Amino acid sequence: MAGPATSLAGKPARTGAGTPRVIRNPLWVRVVFMTVALLFLGCFLLLPLAAVFAEALRKGVGAYFHSFADPDVHSAIWLTLLTAAIAVPANLVFGVAAAWCIAKYDFRGKSLLVTFIDLPFAVSPVISGLIYMLIFGLQGWLGPYLGSGDHPWFGEWFNQQDIKIVFAVPGIVLATIFVTFPFVARELIPLMQTQGNDEEYAALTLGASGWQTFWRVTLPNIKWGLFYGVILCNARAMGEFGAVSVISGKIRGETTTMPLQVEILYNENNSVAAFAVASLLALLALVTLVLKSFIEWRHAQTRPSA
Amino acid sequence: MKFKVLLSFLVAAALAAAASAKSITLLNVSYDPTRELYVDFNAAFAKYWKAKTGDDVTIKQSHGGSGAQARAINDGLQADVATLALAADVDALFNVGKLVPQDWQKRLPNNSAPYTSTIVFLVRKGNPKGIKDWDDLVKPGVTIVTPNPKTSGGARWNYLAAWGYALKKYGSDDKAKEFIAKLYKNVPVLDSGARGSTTTFVQREIGDVAISWENEAFLALKEYGADKFAIVVPSLSILAEPTVSVVDKVVKKKGTEEVAKAYLDYLYSDEGQEIAARNFYRPRNAAVQAKYAKVFPQLELITIDEAFGGWAKAQKTHFADGGVFDQIYLK
Repeated sequence: MAGPATSLAGKPARTGAGTPRVIRNPLWVRVVFMTVALLFLGCFLLLPLAAVFAEALRKGVGAYFHSFADPDVHSAIWLTLLTAAIAVPANLVFGVAAAWCIAKYDFRGKSLLVTFIDLPFAVSPVISGLIYMLIFGLQGWLGPYLGSGDHPWFGEWFNQQDIKIVFAVPGIVLATIFVTFPFVARELIPLMQTQGNDEEYAALTLGASGWQTFWRVTLPNIKWGLFYGVILCNARAMGEFGAVSVISGKIRGETTTMPLQVEILYNENNSVAAFAVASLLALLALVTLVLKSFIEWRHAQTRPSA
Repeated sequence: MKFKVLLSFLVAAALAAAASAKSITLLNVSYDPTRELYVDFNAAFAKYWKAKTGDDVTIKQSHGGSGAQARAINDGLQADVATLALAADVDALFNVGKLVPQDWQKRLPNNSAPYTSTIVFLVRKGNPKGIKDWDDLVKPGVTIVTPNPKTSGGARWNYLAAWGYALKKYGSDDKAKEFIAKLYKNVPVLDSGARGSTTTFVQREIGDVAISWENEAFLALKEYGADKFAIVVPSLSILAEPTVSVVDKVVKKKGTEEVAKAYLDYLYSDEGQEIAARNFYRPRNAAVQAKYAKVFPQLELITIDEAFGGWAKAQKTHFADGGVFDQIYLK
């Protein structure tokens, strides 16, 4: 008999008819709030989104697709995908490791680590880009030695490597990793904290090794949260402008990502191409949102049974 | 297992990045409005170089505010050639990074400026505020669009043209400073580069007048239609000399010295001059000048050397930290 009672308590205010009259709002309040919310959404989200596609298609579908024939645009799309393909797995590994440490163990400086993980959220992306410029730029701390052979001890070695970081792909990837740092970890920490250590202890008592425990117990438990974090991380990695803009050097066809290419095309009076590339970014965002909703839905489905 | 896959992927990506960096191409780091000029010129030079040596040369372009671009080269942007808006920005490559020799400007004819331009006004259709000369810009109620002199080369030419006019008309530096202060009071937004300013004026429709490179103004007319905007030529302006230089330290490392030098020399060739003129830059070559005489209006032009004692001095007096621009704009 306890079953129905808990399920009722677990789903408050879902169905209007079942809720007590005192906590139900009058009809006009609901209508006003809904209208305001929808109008706001329409003006600030849907209208600009529609404008992007309208502007991209202003000169017809032919011109729209012609925009993607530009080799610079190809290279921008490729670079954006490459950057995300490196930054997201890197942050996936880091995020899981950090969340594992923080949620499952107690140690000194734990809250400091949590604060540091949040740092990229707190600083402006421009600063994130400048940090790498200050370290690896030719006038920076390490930059003068990279590829110049001027270092007192490793000069010859540096000279042979010809390492390029700023104004090249490694710098763009580094800046993107920095900016997207917190997404996975932030998603997992609360989830793992609520789940506690009980299942892991059980697995260990039954003789599982550390890796087995991770793959068979921890990972399945955090699966959906992890996907969710990865998707958000990916969306930001592909859309990042500020940090990448500082570090890119804007070499056309080499170090421009899609967001930078949009700006370049727009400044070249080529608004159809600019909005065409922007529409591709918007489409990527929409796919991300659909995936995100799907995962939320799956998560909601699996949680009660777990 | 998955970690191994991930690791090998990271290594492969790093190798790919390193491999693409070694391919022999030239990088031309330039200022904002030269995008179209160098798209044309690069195609012509690649053809010329192929015919001459049989080698394929690809020239990559990077554009931004001239000062910002100089800063990027100093920070390590691997530019084979720098084609910037003014000599002071190439000087910075010597002063900060020692990337070019001190006498870089003497290596090519005409102070290393293969084409010139000047500063004019771009106004809206029918010139509703009746702007004819610099005096009309300081009137109350006129809004001006000009980029930030700290980051943009064009903006510094704009500033100095206005200063030159005021100095000549009112006779003293103090009066000129007053004039400039009034002028910048009418500027609602300072973009970081000349192209950003053009976009602000043309597409975002901010301002009554844009102080602009002549070539950029012509380009705006061409792109957006001569029926929407008009060019107003002031009574006096400045001879703007965008300068070019090979970045010695980079070409020595990359082994591209020969082709980079040929690239800049080709700017002085008949075809290079013709391409410059077609893109609304004033050519140096007398024959090409004569051919395009109708395009470029004649006006009184002061030069940076005569009116300001050279770029080094102008830069220090007007645009350095705490210089005249800071004094009038921060107030």
